[in-house]
Amino acid sequence: MASRELIIKGGFVVDPARKIDGDVGDVAIKDGKIVEKVSSSAKVIDAKGKVVMAGGVDVHSHVAGPKVNAGRLMRPEDKFRAGIVRGNMAQKNGYRMESGFSIPTVFKTGYEYARMGYSFVMEAAMPPLLAPHVHEEIHDTPIIDEAALPVFGNNWFVMDYLKKGEVENTAAYIAWLLRATKGFGIKIVNPGGTAAWGWGLNCIALDDPVPYFETTPRQIITGLMKANEYLGLPHSIHIHQNDLGNPGNYQLTIDSLKLAEQVKPKNKFGREQVMHSTHIQFHSYKGTGWADFESGAKEVMDYVNRNKAITVDLGCVTFDETTTMTADGPFEHHLRGLNHLKWANVDVELETAAGVVPYIYDPNVKVCDIQWAIGLELALFAQDMSRTFVTTDHPNAGPFTRYPRVIKWLMSKKAREATLDSFRHKDKVIDATHIHGIDRELTLFEIAQMTRSGPAKCLGLGAYYGGLAPGMLGDVMVLDLNYKDMPKDPEKIEAAFQRAACFVKSGEIVVRDGEVVSNGHKKTVWVNAKVPENAQVKRDIAQSFTKDYTVDLINYVVRDYLAPHPMVIDVEVEA
Amino acid sequence: MPKLIKGVGCPYCGSSCDDIEVLVSDDETKILEVHNACIIGNNLFHHANDPTRPKLPRMRQPDGSMKEIPYAEAVDWMAKTMLNAKKPLIYGFGSTNCEGMSAVARIAEKAGAVLDNCATICHGPSFLAIFDNGYPSCTLGEAKNRADVVVFWGCNPMHAHPRHTSRYSIFPRGYFTQKGQMQRTVLCVDPRETDTAKLADHHLMLDQGHDYELFDAFRTVLKGFEIPETVAGIPREKIKEAVEIMKKAKFCMIFFGMGCTHSDGRNHNVDAAISYTRDLNEHTKCSIMAMRGHYNIAGPGQVWSWQFGFPYCIDLSKGSHAHMNPGETSSVDLAMRDEVDCFVNVGTDAGAHFPIQAVQHLKKHPFITVDPNFCMASEIADLHIPVRIAGVDEPGVVYRMDNVPIQFRAVIKGLPGVPSDEELFDMVYERMCELTNTQPIWLAAKEDRKYPQNPAVS
Repeated sequence: MASRELIIKGGFVVDPARKIDGDVGDVAIKDGKIVEKVSSSAKVIDAKGKVVMAGGVDVHSHVAGPKVNAGRLMRPEDKFRAGIVRGNMAQKNGYRMESGFSIPTVFKTGYEYARMGYSFVMEAAMPPLLAPHVHEEIHDTPIIDEAALPVFGNNWFVMDYLKKGEVENTAAYIAWLLRATKGFGIKIVNPGGTAAWGWGLNCIALDDPVPYFETTPRQIITGLMKANEYLGLPHSIHIHQNDLGNPGNYQLTIDSLKLAEQVKPKNKFGREQVMHSTHIQFHSYKGTGWADFESGAKEVMDYVNRNKAITVDLGCVTFDETTTMTADGPFEHHLRGLNHLKWANVDVELETAAGVVPYIYDPNVKVCDIQWAIGLELALFAQDMSRTFVTTDHPNAGPFTRYPRVIKWLMSKKAREATLDSFRHKDKVIDATHIHGIDRELTLFEIAQMTRSGPAKCLGLGAYYGGLAPGMLGDVMVLDLNYKDMPKDPEKIEAAFQRAACFVKSGEIVVRDGEVVSNGHKKTVWVNAKVPENAQVKRDIAQSFTKDYTVDLINYVVRDYLAPHPMVIDVEVEA
Repeated sequence: MPKLIKGVGCPYCGSSCDDIEVLVSDDETKILEVHNACIIGNNLFHHANDPTRPKLPRMRQPDGSMKEIPYAEAVDWMAKTMLNAKKPLIYGFGSTNCEGMSAVARIAEKAGAVLDNCATICHGPSFLAIFDNGYPSCTLGEAKNRADVVVFWGCNPMHAHPRHTSRYSIFPRGYFTQKGQMQRTVLCVDPRETDTAKLADHHLMLDQGHDYELFDAFRTVLKGFEIPETVAGIPREKIKEAVEIMKKAKFCMIFFGMGCTHSDGRNHNVDAAISYTRDLNEHTKCSIMAMRGHYNIAGPGQVWSWQFGFPYCIDLSKGSHAHMNPGETSSVDLAMRDEVDCFVNVGTDAGAHFPIQAVQHLKKHPFITVDPNFCMASEIADLHIPVRIAGVDEPGVVYRMDNVPIQFRAVIKGLPGVPSDEELFDMVYERMCELTNTQPIWLAAKEDRKYPQNPAVS
């Protein structure tokens, strides 16, 4: 680090974690952390007339791992859409080469997040068997801190224990797997449905039986929620519900959200929710088919507003040619039948599956336009912005590099109307959605809640990320926006969020005037839940590796050198 | 006391078996016994004991002889050669670890090189088909636990992947396949009566080079249309029977090999196979998998995809962005057109595998071989740099044929003074930076260990 002391002077500070909204002030950083004050020799960054926020926190993004890489490999054409490529010789300028658009390479991923002032990104689905791959990609990604959520919702151990109602054994297995894979928390994708996909089947209702395992999505969700609170993990369960992407699924979504009423949060990390429902846009559809497809955003958000034990992220559609990828194997197969494009599938023994299909969100297609409206409506109907987060379910609804565009739409009715006006089927879209009638424009404070303090708290990382209080990590973004005189042109909002005027990560300036100036010092964050040894679970694991898996247990556990800069969150579990 | 090390990965074929047991001498320098491995894997471990293994780089002298030189000199020569070349070609990587592939990528970027791997001469056509049609696949455990119909098309695992059938595809008793082979119907499509074909319940002995027609016939029958009396030399009834078996399967698994990728049709054969797999998924569950050859030949496809977005034939000579166009940027084509002015062969043997005309062109320019052993490529090279053997005296991640990462370990101590691929490439990269007065570019994994010591032997 060039200078150990830094001070960002005179900016409009927006820090919802401390309820600061636009007060002019300084942010001091020493040794990579935010402090009360620094000496006069500190390096000064002038932020006068600019907005100062904490580094962004992305709660859900597919940025590293086997299915992301399957997408990169399968789609050479994505490289033609790379957009702004830094000219000149990359290496001569001190950087690695960047490529890709919807599924950028690891180097581009790190650099683009940094340009947008993001300091922490959660890889949303890690197949445990392939965890070494995820960590290899994470340690090759520059600048940003990352963690990964192993998928549990279709794991044979989990389904077997929960069928018998054994929450404690489930918890012991989860603790072991988090340690073995250096994972962060519990991801659930299409509970039961992905397991059924092993036989080419699916589960599309909460009480659909999972073939062979004699359990149901309802049992899996509730059981994992209980196991999560039994362990007291920093994050809650992180769920992608059944029946994603189908007209009429909003009712199932509300029914599964209601399962959160049965469990109370229990943890030492300041987290208040027991369920994080991800990319909820894909789960808020009304109608009986694509012809009468309409928005269910109001119904879903009405419920979310009432239940404080739930957080959501949006999964906004951004009208790009993108690459869908999810552990929801049967959905990707279904999507392949809709658009007839190429399809990759990766079923992972005993654990999960994944599919990859390219997708074009075309503004001339009515359904895509309605999806776009639903994503934004969900945010605009939300009452508590610290429970509603900006995502595009990168790259499923659009690449993460479009967050600034989503923010623009949320902050400007004018921008939304301009997009609406561009639709071929504008009238039909207005009929099927609420967006035209919503005047709400979100404030910078609310955007900071949705991209900083909110997701950090939801992940149980509120003590480190998403705020500017002394003691927190020295990740600070300076935006070229005047808090007192916000631009009339919404494009300027997008531009300001796209390229930070300055971004300090771990106390080091990594971006200046929108361009990366350092490769930073990244960390891999993982959770070590310490539970008493459980003889049965230990035996079950050993037996399964002898009989069912095709790799040896000793080679399954991710070795330390693959996560070279760990930030381990210890959880002491009281038995 | 000799030590028995269990759960060791095998550095031979794409099956990447990791259930090998190796008995090593007390001082961890000799391999005494190898259990569980096939005969080829067994021999590979024992090769590491060979007292004639090269321990120092060797440089070609003006009189044509080879002379041993210190590593520092070899690193310096390689760095200068890479920098002087307009368009070097770095090729190989079937038999080394991902750490080495990642390290060499920094050199390739810095030198403006073309990066390519052995897929270019084996499963490259499969990549082309995947670009066009996707890849509905699974891990090998799915085949083991679920598959009741297994198809081997243009591949002969009994010889090329000796333990594939016993660990994954035919014999093992899996979770839903408790009766093992008894529960599985095996089909083999091959113009020859191979040992795999002899093992199969149904051998479709097609006319050589007519794979595309047969795939097409399968699809036609599956979609309910009539086909001619014989297709590709196989009678209509036999084809219908085979399709019926696959359609009625609970889980159908198709493995394909060089017989598809290197007979007439090439990528189109694989494309048809993938389409057939898609079609079968309308009726039941079906997966397809390429029988990748070497234990980590899937590795470069993964590592370079996450670093550059392409699995092979990666032209970095533009400096600003990566470019892939097989046919233009593929190794053999570049060599045949004499478009590269430096060749680096790593962890494979281009001397043995490339067409002679391609090698003759490559030999006009500096030719460097990085390999633990003597091979044809090392014997015609201007510089041969020996390294440790990934999976024997060097640990690292390798990707099995189903793209499952397996963390290989080292079972013995490396030869004193001999670096790993990763260490060697890092040294060359740092030297290139010194020579060009630039700062080496960060990689998280390397912040704490510039030249990592061998942490392997536990």
